[in-house]
Amino acid sequence: MNEMNSTLLSAADTNLVPVYAEIFLLIATSAILLIDLFLKEGKRNLTYGLSLLAIGGCAAFSFMDFSSGATVYTFSSMYVSDPMSNLLKMFTYLATAMTIVYSRQYAGERGMMSGNLGGEFYSLALFSMLGQMIMISGNSMLSIYLGLELMSLSLYALVALRRDHAVSTEAAMKYFILGALASGFLLYGISMIYGATGSLDITTIGQVAASPDTNRTILVFGLVFVVAGLAFKLGVVPFHMWVPDVVQGSPTAVTLLLGGAPKIATFAIVIRILAEGLPSMAFDWQQMLMVVAVLSLAFGNITAIAQTNIKRMLAYSTIAQMGFVVLALVVGNVDGDTTNAAAAYSAAMYYTIIYVLTTVGTFGLIMMLARAGHEAELISDFKGLGKRSPWFAIVATILMFSLAGVPPMVGFIAKYAVLQAVANAGMVWLAVVAVLFSLIGAFYYLRIVKTIWFDDAVDTSAISTPTDMRVIMSLNGVAIVALGVVPGGLLAICYTAMQATLGS
Amino acid sequence: MMQSTISTFPPYLSLAIWLPILFGVLVLAIGRDKNAGMVRLMSLAGAVVSLLPTIPLIANFDNAAHGMQFYEQAAWIDRFNIFYRLGVDGLSLWFVPLTAFITIIVVAAAWQVIEERVAQYMGSFLILSGLMIGVFCALDGLLFYFFFEATLIPMFIIIGVFGGPNRVYAAFKFFLYTFFGSLLTLVAIVYLYNASGSFDILEWHRLPLTMKEQILIFIAFFMAFAVKVPMWPVHTWLPDAHVEAPTGGSVVLAAIMLKLGAYGFLRFSLPITPDASQYLAPVVIGLSLVAVIYIGLVALVQKDMKKLVAYSSIAHMGFVTLGFFMFNDLGVQGGLMQSISHGFVSGAMFLCIGVLYDRVHSREIADYGGVVNTMPKFAAFVVLFSMANAGLPATSGFIGEFMVILGAVEFNFWTGVASGTALILGAAYSLWMVKRVIFGPVANKKVAALTDLNGREFAILSVLAIATLAMGLYPAPIADTLQVSVTDLLQHVAVSKVPQ
Repeated sequence: MNEMNSTLLSAADTNLVPVYAEIFLLIATSAILLIDLFLKEGKRNLTYGLSLLAIGGCAAFSFMDFSSGATVYTFSSMYVSDPMSNLLKMFTYLATAMTIVYSRQYAGERGMMSGNLGGEFYSLALFSMLGQMIMISGNSMLSIYLGLELMSLSLYALVALRRDHAVSTEAAMKYFILGALASGFLLYGISMIYGATGSLDITTIGQVAASPDTNRTILVFGLVFVVAGLAFKLGVVPFHMWVPDVVQGSPTAVTLLLGGAPKIATFAIVIRILAEGLPSMAFDWQQMLMVVAVLSLAFGNITAIAQTNIKRMLAYSTIAQMGFVVLALVVGNVDGDTTNAAAAYSAAMYYTIIYVLTTVGTFGLIMMLARAGHEAELISDFKGLGKRSPWFAIVATILMFSLAGVPPMVGFIAKYAVLQAVANAGMVWLAVVAVLFSLIGAFYYLRIVKTIWFDDAVDTSAISTPTDMRVIMSLNGVAIVALGVVPGGLLAICYTAMQATLGS
Repeated sequence: MMQSTISTFPPYLSLAIWLPILFGVLVLAIGRDKNAGMVRLMSLAGAVVSLLPTIPLIANFDNAAHGMQFYEQAAWIDRFNIFYRLGVDGLSLWFVPLTAFITIIVVAAAWQVIEERVAQYMGSFLILSGLMIGVFCALDGLLFYFFFEATLIPMFIIIGVFGGPNRVYAAFKFFLYTFFGSLLTLVAIVYLYNASGSFDILEWHRLPLTMKEQILIFIAFFMAFAVKVPMWPVHTWLPDAHVEAPTGGSVVLAAIMLKLGAYGFLRFSLPITPDASQYLAPVVIGLSLVAVIYIGLVALVQKDMKKLVAYSSIAHMGFVTLGFFMFNDLGVQGGLMQSISHGFVSGAMFLCIGVLYDRVHSREIADYGGVVNTMPKFAAFVVLFSMANAGLPATSGFIGEFMVILGAVEFNFWTGVASGTALILGAAYSLWMVKRVIFGPVANKKVAALTDLNGREFAILSVLAIATLAMGLYPAPIADTLQVSVTDLLQHVAVSKVPQ
């Protein structure tokens, strides 16, 4: 073991190239925080522009790393820049940038960007994104945990941003307490795994855990806590209780910040810890996750039907959608055979990315319908959208059918990729279970489509939205169809990236 | 790795699929209720232009050739070895022009009827038309599924937005029933890909499968296609959908959409799982006979004209599935002839009901009587189409039914007898409706105030009447194109695929 550590250490240096994006974002965010202090009310558009610019800068760095296709370790291999991390980061940027564009009007009307709050919405969003980047690239339990906490703390503060708003404060409290509990689980599990393997480094853990000398009892004990912690962060049954309350209670802009991009980062740490760090324990964690997946599909889909609040309905739908992601994670390793691992995990990755792109659009629409003093949180607020704004009604329809998994929307391709992986592992029955719950899921997505097109509008006022949001929202809708009709590129990229990560 | 692209020039099938979709998207994009007139003209132009590429399909189709014609292939999703593969053979050829043709009828029929959200109505039908043609042409499993499922969206919108008072219920029932069936098909498709490494449907035709696999795959496909056809006892969505749908929706539903299921049996179930098909054929035949006889009786007691025609559609489609699963030439050809003919006849029947509904706003048989006195031209058409619906010789309806009955007699005498009763029942419900609605003294003021067909309606119904009579009097051109493909299919089905 010492040998292994020393070889890793000798390779280690403080190569900063792989962390340019993170360093840039840290500096940029601090600068934005300072600049915003000196801005007058009404000039906050500058903060908005600078935030988007900062995200754009990160994208440039990550894109350069991604196009090199190399896997580079740094900081004594605590940090890694590989194709998977760079790909996931770019989608994190995209999701965060879209969220910021969609949120501007909504958050502005609710006083979340004025007075003594200033531009903190933007800086906190960027700090949370920095945390996500660290999670995605973390190659040590410690760096992963640090990233997770940076993200979570920023999000706790964001949820509580409307501190005079009782529901938001309640959601923040719930999110904080349960999130802290989950972090505790994760940390406890990590310490157990450290006890069994003597390392925090993912690569080393992977090697040591595979050796027969390792104490499996402690390892499994730690694994249970780690899986519980991860399930908490993913928001899957039976660790889902916080999801509906927090999603519903938070201001929609914040809901989007915590329900969108963070799913990508959470997916990344699941892959790092379970698939890269503990593949030798796959039998154990796959069993746990299989239960989690089936329960999530069942509970999420069935409970969503009963909801009248669209945010809450989407929260339950998220639980079900995450069930699909987890489903793909349990079929990567069939009795020790990992030939299909890259296919299965890349299906999960693809699903996560597509889910996030769709969800960002969906919550964006909720914000579009909201006005000052009116939240547009009820499904009935979508009534007659087909008459009020035919174009955005079409976009909403596209998003809903994508979530339901109906072709030609990309949601179908994502579901197909997962089913393909599941069937390939010989678990056809699991695929059948998954599609049956999708059928139930289709019902409540259809209900939104019905509300949009079939019902008459209660509120016939025109929808006023800034141009940037209109453009991005339109592109979002078009992308969901375009990616569905021409899905080959992204599928292939996900697959090669996952292969590179698992091969290293 | 990936085979090279195979293309025919000009790519008639691709044009037939994408032209209407393109026009549909265009209509949706620029159409508003303010410029409804332009939307109508553009939609009609789109529908007519879309029919053009289907003409050379018929003209250049080689009746003697085996296998697929007008084949196109291009890589689509490399990651899963999925191709954009199109082609038609005798089994699918006629559905392509039929779909394009019915779309023109539907667009024309809505001319003065749909006043609000014209663009959404027309756009939905144009897109739907392209998607349905895609289903008939797709030779790649996933591409097929892609089109098959995508057709649900425009139809859902059509029923839900433009339908009657109970439209929401009908739209949901339609969507969820069909979605349920097709999801299981998806699992079967994925399974077949894993077993063969390819999505090529023709490859699947050759794939050896054990009996157990075949039965499960057969059931999975059966779920989708039986719901779509629809077969008894999963037919209940159809009367609801028909009653609530606008006239155009009913026409497309009956004329084309039901055929997607019938076609699926021939393209998937029979050739991919021949042993299971033979093993389970008695079940399918039994269900078909129930549809023919029981649903025929149900049609007899309907009070609503649309419901009556809807049930008669189910009974007619029972004939189609009956023909397919007897595994003889006459049966399969008869089933296909019946499918094509039913496309004209049921479409025309729904249009006739639409004509009355537009004037009186009722579909109840009891609200009519003596229509012939005020609408003589219309009455002539109704009588003609009802005769065709009842399977009178010299109309298209006769050919298919007669062939299937002959096939049934050849297959088993009592099956023949049972299916023969359908002719009696068909005549009974069709003609009894005609008697109550068309003949007799003028029943009430509303009927007295009816105006006869206008030029547009007359033209539409004439075209359909000509098609019905032409196919009835001279079916040879159609029958000839079917011959080789049907024989090939039956030869293929006769050989067991179970590995020895």
